[in-house]
Amino acid sequence: MTTRNAVPATSYTLQKRRRRDGLRTVAFLSPWLVGAGLFFGYPLAATVYFSFMKYDGFTPPTWNGLDNWTYVFTDYPFFWPAMRNTLWLVVVMVTARVVFGLGIGLLITKVKLGAGWFRTAFYLPYLAPPVAATLAFVFLLNPGTGPVNHLVGSVGLPQPGWFNDPAWSKPALTLLALWGVGDLMVIFMASLLDVPKEQYEAAELDHAGPWQRFRFITLPNISPIVLFAVVTGVIQTMQYYTQPLVAAKVASGVIGRPGQSFEPGYPEKSTLTLPHLVYNLGFQRFDTGSACVVALVLFGLAMAFTAVLMRRGSGFLSAEER
Amino acid sequence: MPRVHRTAVVAAAATVVALLGSACTGGSAGSAKDDVTQPVTITFWHGWSAPSETKAINANVAAFMAKNPSIKVKVVGNIDDDKINQALRAGGANAPDVVSSFTTDNVGKFCSSNVFTDLKPFLDKSGVDVEKTFPKPLLEYTQFEGKRCTLPLLNDAYGLYYNKLAFAAAGITAPPKTLSEFEADAVKLTRTKGESYSQLGFMPNFHGYESTFGHFAAQWGPSYFDAQGKSNAATDPAITAMLDWQKNLVAKLGGFAKLEKYRSTFGDEFGPKNPFHTGQVAMAIDGEWRNAMIAESVPNLDYGTAPFPVPDDQADTYGRGYLSGTIIGIASGSKKQNAALELTKYLTTDTDAVVSFANAIKNVPSTYDGLKSPKLDVTPQFKTFLDISANPDSNTTPATANGGAFQLTLQDVGYLNEAGKVADLRTALAKADQQIDKDIEKVK
Repeated sequence: MTTRNAVPATSYTLQKRRRRDGLRTVAFLSPWLVGAGLFFGYPLAATVYFSFMKYDGFTPPTWNGLDNWTYVFTDYPFFWPAMRNTLWLVVVMVTARVVFGLGIGLLITKVKLGAGWFRTAFYLPYLAPPVAATLAFVFLLNPGTGPVNHLVGSVGLPQPGWFNDPAWSKPALTLLALWGVGDLMVIFMASLLDVPKEQYEAAELDHAGPWQRFRFITLPNISPIVLFAVVTGVIQTMQYYTQPLVAAKVASGVIGRPGQSFEPGYPEKSTLTLPHLVYNLGFQRFDTGSACVVALVLFGLAMAFTAVLMRRGSGFLSAEER
Repeated sequence: MPRVHRTAVVAAAATVVALLGSACTGGSAGSAKDDVTQPVTITFWHGWSAPSETKAINANVAAFMAKNPSIKVKVVGNIDDDKINQALRAGGANAPDVVSSFTTDNVGKFCSSNVFTDLKPFLDKSGVDVEKTFPKPLLEYTQFEGKRCTLPLLNDAYGLYYNKLAFAAAGITAPPKTLSEFEADAVKLTRTKGESYSQLGFMPNFHGYESTFGHFAAQWGPSYFDAQGKSNAATDPAITAMLDWQKNLVAKLGGFAKLEKYRSTFGDEFGPKNPFHTGQVAMAIDGEWRNAMIAESVPNLDYGTAPFPVPDDQADTYGRGYLSGTIIGIASGSKKQNAALELTKYLTTDTDAVVSFANAIKNVPSTYDGLKSPKLDVTPQFKTFLDISANPDSNTTPATANGGAFQLTLQDVGYLNEAGKVADLRTALAKADQQIDKDIEKVK
């Protein structure tokens, strides 16, 4: 009797404990669950919902099937230029920022004299407000009055139109992004200082040159940081809004008055990015449904880029941890 | 998870999403049963932010409250259209009752979506005859498809500014009246210096501040849409004539690239280094507000104003110009619409209120009585804009359901055309027409 009764009692106690453990886990997770549900889950669900609705932001939404999707991909004239620009920035600007940030990090870890000064000098631009930094660059790179063109002109080089030329506007934005590379420099510097010195000593004993030391010791050790820089860079570039908007408005000369429709992407849509379209459709054209489609495209692209990078880069594990 | 639970969760989630989604909508029709003789507080949102502007609008509101002691007005300034849209969507106790906006672009949406109440029944009840009170173009940009949901609150008129010293140096004795005279004067006033200019007669490029598609096109009297509401830029001779004229003028003044490089040397449009202030351009198209800016930044500048020239074959329309301005309306969600109407009516139709505000912020009064008022501060330069505003041939861009999108689409054709990137203008305009129609249809 005792033995026969003991089994269900133990099972009941185990079940109770598991439930209690489960509840405790949920209780510990609840702040995150509430936050993620409110600020990620609901907006995502609402965005999907509105992407199939005709909704101007004022009158009640009505179902319109795939109309918003068809409109964005086939009829909305800004979509493909913005997609091309965003992909250009993701490939060129993110790569340039990572390479430049790593290069500056490498140089600064080698510098002995005035290291603190150099660190400060390279980090400070990152703290400049994006609007102020962009304004400064537009004035510096002004094709008519900017000091940069005076300088390149004085040595006989061609003077680009920078933010006023569709061929040069994205390279000019990339220069601006490189100037503010202080955030990447700091994390690369920290990871470079973390590479075990014994490995370099061993490599030197084996007569490994600087490139071999970088290729076979530095890079494998800092690869999780490189991946982190690329993934966050891709996500940030997908959300790139302020700098191209300010540069376009200032360079075009058409600042406009409050509420006035403005031309996004000057010159010739070359600085138009996908986040601009969300604003243009949702708040200037009163087409919330189509704005939601663009937002979902952005979300999908960011997820796809991240997944590919994580798979190819073996996640955030260093060579030693793999 | 058991099947029943999963289904319930999915259904509940869908319901929540649907409810939350529909909760974002607002804009019920106001009841307009409030009694203005009983104490009431209404909220008025406007966009002015400069101290002189807010002082002027506050003075007008104070005068209104003195005349209507039962109505107290809470004034909130520095509001843009994004905030207005957000508040009108959300509604509630803190939403505004009376709203003014600097742009006429969104009138179509404000009217068609009923977020602003239809003013006609209120105006009829109050005995306000809008036709006799406001100039015709102002009535056009404050309504959409026959529905009057806003009224004009002051007015902006666009005309020609010219530097008298530059005119004298070039031997020009009077401002041009036709575009052929204008073109000849612009060339005569242009002085090249190396690869650039020491003085440009006129900046024709579409990014040359107020040298926009709509401002130029107004001189031809375009219709933009046909009787069926379809975009007709390709078939409207006004549009093609304007674009041909502008491209031709760009070529005559040195070409697009050279002009663009010179344009990049200009100071801020609304700052003291505006190219007309500095003498970089001898003529400019601009709004009446430039007079106040010149008085503040370069008080010794010897300049004159005139209506912008018209095409030679429309010489009889000389005096016309592009008109726009601030608009004001009543939120349809307001529960105090009768009180809101009293304020709206006072600000837009009371001659003293209109004139004192126009004097304070140097805009054109928006009523016939205001334009004729002896209390209006009128300089010879400012009078030009009063006349343009009262001219029956002056015009504006029509309101549409998707803001100012059609203007940007046409402007894009203009940008490509001036840069020599349009092979066939009619084809490009026909494509723009299709795009405009698709864009409007999308949000209708």
